[in-house]
Amino acid sequence: MCGVEVRAVDVSGKEPSSGYRLRVVQEVLLALLAKEASYGYQLRAQLQLALGPLADALNAGQVYVTLNRLEKAGLATAERVGQSDRPDRKVYRLTAAGHERVVEWLGDMSWPKAAPTEFHLKLVAAAAAGLANPAHLVDAQRHAVLVELAAAQRAALTEPHGSVAGLLLEGVVLRLQADLTWLDACARHWSSRKEP
Amino acid sequence: MTQANGSLPGIGPVLRTQDLQMRYGRGAGLVRALNGVELEAAAGEAVAVMGPSGSGKSTLLNLLGGLERPSAGEVWLAGNRIDGMSEKELARLRRQSIGFVFQAFHLMDELTAQENVELPALLAGRSPRTARRRAAQLLERVGLDDRAGHLPSAMSGGERQRVAVARALVNEPLIVLADEPTGNLDSAATADVLRLLDGLRAAGQTLVIVTHDARVTAIADRLITMRDGSLVEETRLTRGTVGRLAELTGLEG
Repeated sequence: MCGVEVRAVDVSGKEPSSGYRLRVVQEVLLALLAKEASYGYQLRAQLQLALGPLADALNAGQVYVTLNRLEKAGLATAERVGQSDRPDRKVYRLTAAGHERVVEWLGDMSWPKAAPTEFHLKLVAAAAAGLANPAHLVDAQRHAVLVELAAAQRAALTEPHGSVAGLLLEGVVLRLQADLTWLDACARHWSSRKEP
Repeated sequence: MTQANGSLPGIGPVLRTQDLQMRYGRGAGLVRALNGVELEAAAGEAVAVMGPSGSGKSTLLNLLGGLERPSAGEVWLAGNRIDGMSEKELARLRRQSIGFVFQAFHLMDELTAQENVELPALLAGRSPRTARRRAAQLLERVGLDDRAGHLPSAMSGGERQRVAVARALVNEPLIVLADEPTGNLDSAATADVLRLLDGLRAAGQTLVIVTHDARVTAIADRLITMRDGSLVEETRLTRGTVGRLAELTGLEG
């Protein structure tokens, strides 16, 4: 299936036992809730929109399982709302602790190893919540990647021609260059959008 | 020892600009290529200037090197204001105090590597013997002493760029200005040129490099980011650490 990283953030510390798991689902949901209270269905639809074809990587119940965990962890509250012709549904709201977690996540500049999905979703969620300017997050990330690339290339320059380690370092450099190229595209996209 | 502002105690920066502006056209067609750029390069410092196409990088380099004149603002080189110099004075300054390295090498096709390196020394008034000796030393330094008699057409892109670097150094310039020095090179040749430039930096040569190539940050002391004709960010790059390399290579994490 798609190359989405298959690790989970789990409030309880236990990973879900089956299906594809998206490491950032928890923080993304919290960030989306920062904008307004939402139903699980609405949140899932927003995630699917942001992920496009990659949304297939989401287990169908992942959003609901994660929302339950967020509620148990005190990061979100849930209120049952009755519907005349259907079962009750839950409206989720962010708590102060949840808000703090979102702010911390937005400020975390660690770089995903496999795919830029987490950062993409961070930008989408930041824009949706109005908590941070995505263009500024792109700038900060670009800066962090440049510093890493400088270190990697510097290490590569110390390797002699034909060194196997140099080949590995070249791979790191090339990947970081690709990351920078993609971040340039992100910068163009998010800079051209008007702030709400 | 450099100070926090990048200048040497009692000497000041080798290169400095103040409120540098460059405009082309007028009225509705007015293009502001540079908007109030303030830049300093200390002696022995390597400054990389990065930014997207059209951000003003090459325009900035042309003004720093006296190849163009600013619409407003000042350019100072070693304590001398150069933006108001006469063409003759500027030509002399470029020959004697500034070394240029370009993406397209700009070597003379009909001259050998040795002759290409000698030429600026002869134009600066050095004797043929001195120019010859200096060129030979520099070609050895860039690892091309065995290619001295070859024409550029018989050399690889990386070799041609190393000849261009040797040529830039022949008059012992105060500063070397490089415009996309790795732009036409493959990975191996890029690494060779970066090692060469890093060696110059380590030897105390002041360098200002404008580039799209983020790999150049490896040899820079300071990285400046340009956008829309302005400097928008400055980063002092730390040496001697490998950052999160272990994690990036999958050894940790």
